Amino acid sequence: MIGGGPAGLGAAVEAKKLGIDDVLILERDRELGGILNQCIHNGFGLQEFNEELTGPEYADRFIKQVKELGIEYKLDTMVLDITPDRKITAVNSHDGLIEIEAGAVILAMGCRERPRGAINIPGSRPAGIFTAGTAQRFANMEGYLPGKEVVILGSGDIGLIMARRFTLEGAKVKAVCEIMPYSSGLKRNIVQCLDDFGIPLLLRHTVVRIHGKDRVEGVTIAEVDDKKEPIPGTEKYIPCDTLLLSVGLIPENELSKKAGVILDKNTGGAYVWDDRETTTPGIFACGNVLQVHDLVDNVTDESRIAAQGAVRFLKEGEKTEPQPININPGDGVRYVVPQRVKKSRVEGAFKMFLRVTDVYENAKLVVDSDKGRLFAINKRRLSPGEMEYINVTQRLLNRFPDIREITIKVERG
Amino acid sequence: MQERYITCILCPQGCNLKVQIDDGKIVSVKNNGCEKGPGYANDEVFHPTRVLTTTVRIRKAKLPLLPVRTQKPIPKGKIFEAMKVLAGIEVEAPVTVGQVIYSNILNTGVDVIATRNMN
Amino acid sequence: MYDVLIIGGGVTGSAIAREMSRYKLNICLLEKEEDVCTGTSKANSAIIHAGYDPEPGTLKARLNVRGNAMFDELCENLDIPFKRNGSLVVAFSEEEMKKVRDLYDRGIKNGVPDMEIIDRERLKKLEPNISDDAIGALYARTAGVICPFTLTIAMAENAAMNGVEFFFNSPVTGIDKHERYFTVHTPDNVFEARYVINAAGLYADEINNMVGGEPFKIRPRKGEYLILDKVEGDVAHTVIFQVPTKMGKGILVTPTVHGNLMLGPTAEDIEDKEFRETTPEGIQKAIEGAMKTTRAFNLRNVITTFTGVRPVPDTEDFIIGESKLVPGFINASGIESPGLTSAPAIAEMVVDIVKEAGLHMEEKPDFNPKRRPVIRFNELTDEEKKEVIKQNPAYGHVICRCETITEGEIIDAIRRPVGARSLDGIKRRTRAQTGRCQAGFCTPRVAEILARELNMTLSDVTKFGGNSKLLLYRVKELLKEDGEKNV
Repeated sequence: MIGGGPAGLGAAVEAKKLGIDDVLILERDRELGGILNQCIHNGFGLQEFNEELTGPEYADRFIKQVKELGIEYKLDTMVLDITPDRKITAVNSHDGLIEIEAGAVILAMGCRERPRGAINIPGSRPAGIFTAGTAQRFANMEGYLPGKEVVILGSGDIGLIMARRFTLEGAKVKAVCEIMPYSSGLKRNIVQCLDDFGIPLLLRHTVVRIHGKDRVEGVTIAEVDDKKEPIPGTEKYIPCDTLLLSVGLIPENELSKKAGVILDKNTGGAYVWDDRETTTPGIFACGNVLQVHDLVDNVTDESRIAAQGAVRFLKEGEKTEPQPININPGDGVRYVVPQRVKKSRVEGAFKMFLRVTDVYENAKLVVDSDKGRLFAINKRRLSPGEMEYINVTQRLLNRFPDIREITIKVERG
Repeated sequence: MQERYITCILCPQGCNLKVQIDDGKIVSVKNNGCEKGPGYANDEVFHPTRVLTTTVRIRKAKLPLLPVRTQKPIPKGKIFEAMKVLAGIEVEAPVTVGQVIYSNILNTGVDVIATRNMN
Repeated sequence: MYDVLIIGGGVTGSAIAREMSRYKLNICLLEKEEDVCTGTSKANSAIIHAGYDPEPGTLKARLNVRGNAMFDELCENLDIPFKRNGSLVVAFSEEEMKKVRDLYDRGIKNGVPDMEIIDRERLKKLEPNISDDAIGALYARTAGVICPFTLTIAMAENAAMNGVEFFFNSPVTGIDKHERYFTVHTPDNVFEARYVINAAGLYADEINNMVGGEPFKIRPRKGEYLILDKVEGDVAHTVIFQVPTKMGKGILVTPTVHGNLMLGPTAEDIEDKEFRETTPEGIQKAIEGAMKTTRAFNLRNVITTFTGVRPVPDTEDFIIGESKLVPGFINASGIESPGLTSAPAIAEMVVDIVKEAGLHMEEKPDFNPKRRPVIRFNELTDEEKKEVIKQNPAYGHVICRCETITEGEIIDAIRRPVGARSLDGIKRRTRAQTGRCQAGFCTPRVAEILARELNMTLSDVTKFGGNSKLLLYRVKELLKEDGEKNV
């Protein structure tokens, strides 16, 4: 497992339980658990444990299992290279440079936050601009609050969570600006992190200028039009000492590319089979390195799928799928994971994860194949901020002989 | 008759509950995706509660802060008061996950527990 | 009493400090900021120019060509990342092609070696991504790309190794002229020096006026740039210019020495010398300008944007020489482009000027022209990596994951002479925080190492000195003041 966050932990535990003795987790941070360690808020584990846990508690459940099962792990260990034939080069202070040959590799490196440059906010470059996750680490683990008057750009979940965190710690969050007409965060987070504290969520707004020479002194925000361009005359100055960015997460796939793994432009993650095998045989991917999930429970779910795939690969070796089916995003669908299915191997059912491109009320998710319509599901509301899941059973796949393509689209009304 | 919309926060579904209140009582709840909806609506209208998650200072540990939470939800109106109480305490490592860090905070009957191990 | 006092720790001041440190002299350098390389030297095109641009006969022409020739040895001695990848001035019309030929002639007059005019076909071969509208170019093989931070820092470090004293956070607030020496005031100190060298960049005119030298004016001219992720590094192989205009060398597309792609700069005269903001208009202009050269880059891969400010003198040429009105006061001012390229040659020239002005200069037998090479973990072979970790386990601890920068490198950057004191200081010396996540992940860890090494708390860590504090409060601190919060 490359990575000891929820995806790597879940996959390691599953692989071990399925009888693989020789499991190793390589983790770059100083402890297992990944980003969960800094996510001290609750909301994790409803699906997985049927209770509401905080991030560290959720991580602890898996770390405990890792230890009980005697799974080996290396901390403070950075993987530098993975070859397509699964030779891993890693480094740490203790062992130096190490080379590992793996029977199967599960990529579980997670994602990173989109930085300021990627969205080109004009203005100066003072201290006091943080991605929400960096501020979260400082506040929840290192013991420092970056500032006490905060504006947040972007309404991703980490940004919303940090709005509440700063507020509880005595800071004033003046506004959350979201360039889109909808939030990319979960509704419950808007309610319990913003509404509870009277923090305004300004949709169709962005930061057009950062002020301050040494430290942030304020930001100018403005309303945007349909093309996301600032509307002249709507500028408003907000004094603040800190700007947090919560403008998206990007799967971290630099290593995957070294392993020859082909990426899906739409997810930023690997192009995978339903068992989460990438285009490089024997290399699997799960969790946020594959697609940015809303819920850690789904990461765990996916990590098991990947581990099962990897275990089968270890036991059976590389096999060519005789009945591959491609899954394509259609109208209104931004992406679907997995991107293809090993039909001959589907046992019972498989799950498709997808995101839509826009907000739809009372719409249908339609699943078509090249041989005919498979089914449609009514949806009261679809939003890009909330991932959708569709179970596809083996029975449905057998409804038409010889399906080669599946397309999922949104139909209005 | 009064009508309110409440987003249920019990799960990530976030159902937008349509709540009708008459004479100080809830007479109907609609749009709930599961059976927990009406109960949540009742709580949210008459005595809203939240689980508080935060940190307390810790000595002799590898990190300066220990993450904690209230074991059960506490009244929403007491959140900031609870933050002040917890800002005033400091614990000492080692601590194990689930350990009670502060009992019966603000006489709510709810304990504050550690959410991770800390050596 | 110092023999020589240098004002300004940019590339010019640092080059002069190093060149002077060859001699048995007492030398100090005053820098108003907390580190060297914080002004024009840190935010520019990072190009070592061939020398066909400047008007023949100017200081710019002479020092550019001489400076360019000095870079191989300089970079070898001081372990500075530098690539002679050549430059192109691309023409998009017959009229521009005429200007390209003029540039070639000018280059010949200036003594630029290894130039040729190439046609569309050769151009396409050199730069497959070049726009189809390009019809030919001037190709100058001696041009290159450099790391401007390392250049400045390495020269300063080497100067310090050879005895130059550096004073930071030391803006010059006054200079008194005496019979045979000067008194130079900063907020915390008073310095006495026999010779004062003005390498104050954007503020060189103010320093000059303070002492009563022949008046000149420095106007700030800003340029905005974009840096793209290394995945775009192959879009260009050489430094690709368009035909220059009166405002400068135009918008270029170039790989950086570290393998990123850079677009820009714009050129716009401004009023405020401290202006460092990027603007939507400027960035748009830089993008549009670059797109004339090539459209092969993807703007989704922009990792950062920045604005640099050049010191444009009203004399149109570098101002280098001893003041006639104030003997002993020597200007190395108005160093706009090609200042980075010219810096080592300017330093040689200033040494000659000081000599001529009467300072007795005797070479030190123990001058060391080299600095200890920097271990750049990412560039080592596997065997070398094993070896350095064995010697120092801190090199096995990767801190910046995007650029693979280790704790060992960060500690070294702090402990070297003229070491890093801030997050930006670490960034310029090691490249930690410059990758695709732009410091999201490594900021807490770099800050921790800085605090530990400099024996301070995280609250004291700054982005670039002064009031640029990273973290303003301890968690729980704000809850102890009585707030008026309501749910």
